[in-house]
Amino acid sequence: MKIDLHTLGPLVALIALVILGAALNSSFLAPANITNVLARSAFIGLIAVGMTFVITAGGLDLSVGSMAAFLAGVAIIAMNAALPGLGSNWGTILLGMAVAVLGGIVAGYLNGALITKARIEPFIVTLGTMGIFRSLVTWLADGGTLSLDYGLRTLYRPVYYGGIGWITWPIIAFAMVAVLGEWIMRHSRFGRHVEAIGSNDRVARYSAIDVNRVRLLTYVLLGALVGIAVVLYVPRLGSASGSTGVLWELEAIAAVIIGGTALKGGRGRVWGTVVGVLILSLIDNILNLADLVSPYLNGAIQGVIIVLAVVLQREKRAAEER
Amino acid sequence: MTVLALDNVSKSFGPVEVLHGVDLALEPGEVHALIGENGAGKSTIMKILGGFLDPTLGQVLLDGQPVRLTSGPEAEARGIVVIHQEFNLAPDLTVAANVFLGREIGGWRLDHAAMHEATAALLARLDTRVDPGALIRDLSVPDRQMVEIAKALSRKARVLIMDEPSAVLTHREVGALYRQIDRLRAEGVAILYCSHRLDEVAHLADRITVLRDGRVVRRAMRGDLSEDGMAAAMVGRELQDFYPPKGQSGDEPALEVRGLTVPGRVRDVSFTLRRGEVLGIAGLIGSGRTELAEGLVGLRPAGGEICVAGRPVAIRSLRDAFAAGLAYLTEDRKEAGLLLDKGLRENLTLATLERFGGWRIDTRAEDAALEQATREFDIRAPRRDIAAGKLSGGNQQKLLMAKVMLSDPRIILIDEPTRGIDVGTKSQIYAFIRKLAAEGRSLIVISSEMTEVIGLADRVLVMREGRLAGELSGSEMTEDRIVRLAMGVTGEAA
Repeated sequence: MKIDLHTLGPLVALIALVILGAALNSSFLAPANITNVLARSAFIGLIAVGMTFVITAGGLDLSVGSMAAFLAGVAIIAMNAALPGLGSNWGTILLGMAVAVLGGIVAGYLNGALITKARIEPFIVTLGTMGIFRSLVTWLADGGTLSLDYGLRTLYRPVYYGGIGWITWPIIAFAMVAVLGEWIMRHSRFGRHVEAIGSNDRVARYSAIDVNRVRLLTYVLLGALVGIAVVLYVPRLGSASGSTGVLWELEAIAAVIIGGTALKGGRGRVWGTVVGVLILSLIDNILNLADLVSPYLNGAIQGVIIVLAVVLQREKRAAEER
Repeated sequence: MTVLALDNVSKSFGPVEVLHGVDLALEPGEVHALIGENGAGKSTIMKILGGFLDPTLGQVLLDGQPVRLTSGPEAEARGIVVIHQEFNLAPDLTVAANVFLGREIGGWRLDHAAMHEATAALLARLDTRVDPGALIRDLSVPDRQMVEIAKALSRKARVLIMDEPSAVLTHREVGALYRQIDRLRAEGVAILYCSHRLDEVAHLADRITVLRDGRVVRRAMRGDLSEDGMAAAMVGRELQDFYPPKGQSGDEPALEVRGLTVPGRVRDVSFTLRRGEVLGIAGLIGSGRTELAEGLVGLRPAGGEICVAGRPVAIRSLRDAFAAGLAYLTEDRKEAGLLLDKGLRENLTLATLERFGGWRIDTRAEDAALEQATREFDIRAPRRDIAAGKLSGGNQQKLLMAKVMLSDPRIILIDEPTRGIDVGTKSQIYAFIRKLAAEGRSLIVISSEMTEVIGLADRVLVMREGRLAGELSGSEMTEDRIVRLAMGVTGEAA
């Protein structure tokens, strides 16, 4: 197997960041910090894995951040409403989880159906639903914050903070979804079809692939993963508001791009996306730990990394053509 | 007086020399045909003349003086214009905007009226009725080609390099192209004409240069080289049995089509395909040949009855067609046939992935299938993991055939089996087609090349304006009869 520096570029950058972090602050490698970084990455990470499939199939979803806020709001309302009937127990929490995941599937289906059946550009459809979900959650919260019942919150808390040893549940969920996602992209028919459609959907159609069904499924998969992210997010703060999940969609897309997935589709790298997510959260973490650069410049540094990643990929393509 | 010439030009890519000391001279008012198999070095020569590549050794002479053309635009500024096989037109701009693209008339504000008028004048000179205000995307392919030529003229082209201009044209449109070329020749333009159609080279060219493996192997003046002679010079051997002998088709029907209609494209077409038969479908581009095939295999909504091996089948999607034992090879290899940026393995198995493993794709079985396909169809690739787009046209076509044959179809529809493919590979593909028929499969071959239909098919259906205009078999299959049916001319006089 030949080693491709460009493919491994993101991984090299990640390792460099870890070394830099360790050099700047001794508490960087402490288990508590690592757990914290990984657990925070899990939300964006889960969504970014789904986004990898959507982008690889030639699509895009701008609505995921708003969708997460909306699903969190609806799940909290559902749990609060079920409290008098079901009581303050795991049944109520499981109901809330089911609402979040099923709601995600429905929302993803809505996006996918508008794109494949009504034949509207993904950018436009999800720009629309982004506004709709955001507005709905603000309306549900009446401009304020939706809070989960205190008793339920205490019961639900370990889903974010607990886990096996220092490995918390969000980290476990992210790792499992990442491994499964990589496997699906690499070894399953669905993954192969997703890449074929993104590469040239006419060729896919002429190869007897149900292009619309596969495209729709990528949005449903993404919606389900947003739902899972919400399940893990709600116990962290126990609340949702109009400002929940703001810019998550851009962070997820950025992670996918940094990881080496082509924005025009056709080539998906789930493991690259995972590396991309980790790079973005490590930068954030290092800036907060070290006082070398103001944390307010976080966005600027992330922006530079995104542009740099794309430039490096372009150089690879130019080198191949020579 | 020679306008543009290559003087002992060699070109290497890395350690590989692809052109070896080529001399070539283009004279004003002359059509110079450059022929050769794919990979003989034609496109390299065109790229050097058009300023897209530098020669490694030797020089390019313009009006007898050595020049170094460093880019396409620089060559154009000096009056050397290349018309590529894939047109260089912006589909969402108007004809006039395209003709003047990069050299717009006017200052801060564009002078639309002047450009419109100048374009109209150019198009009138070419005898073309295209509205300068029309969008390119609304034009037919031949009209787009006329726009390309008008664009070349507006750049005051002294040398016009045309890469397979007739590949996208029908019989009648080729006639119009010939008239334009005659007109340009009369105006003193030097034309370099690359083509795979030897009949048109014989008809058009004042001078012929034959390339083989990067060397000039034959130069001839008009009339000194027959089509057979050209083919022999290109492949370096006599082409015996270019078309394989026709077989004996059975009597039992493999496919019966009754009243097939594709809304707006094909009306009420009925025919029967027999077991082991090669059935040709001829007709002008736009006569509904491709739409007929796509309607049959479920790629377009279609009405009518279809019976396979005597049993009626309902085909609503390509999946249904596969299940019924039908397969379709598209004419659009690059845009609908193959994933150009993916490897051979991914392309080969794309349509039949469910045969390769369950939840997990069995890449070993895929590799074995590729191994067998490369042997069976003689697919030549430098590496297994090379992208399909990097293969030559002939090898792409073989890969596409192998891909479609993986579903083991009994009935195979092939649309333009040899478009843009060199002579040697052509005869190979004809042999594959005959072999499939000999195995008891039935084939429908759609082609714009009449000699191909006649040489290959047992029977020919001719289509005109979405309907079947007639059926020819045996000694009735002549170019003359086919053209008459295709154009709707009934009289016997030519």
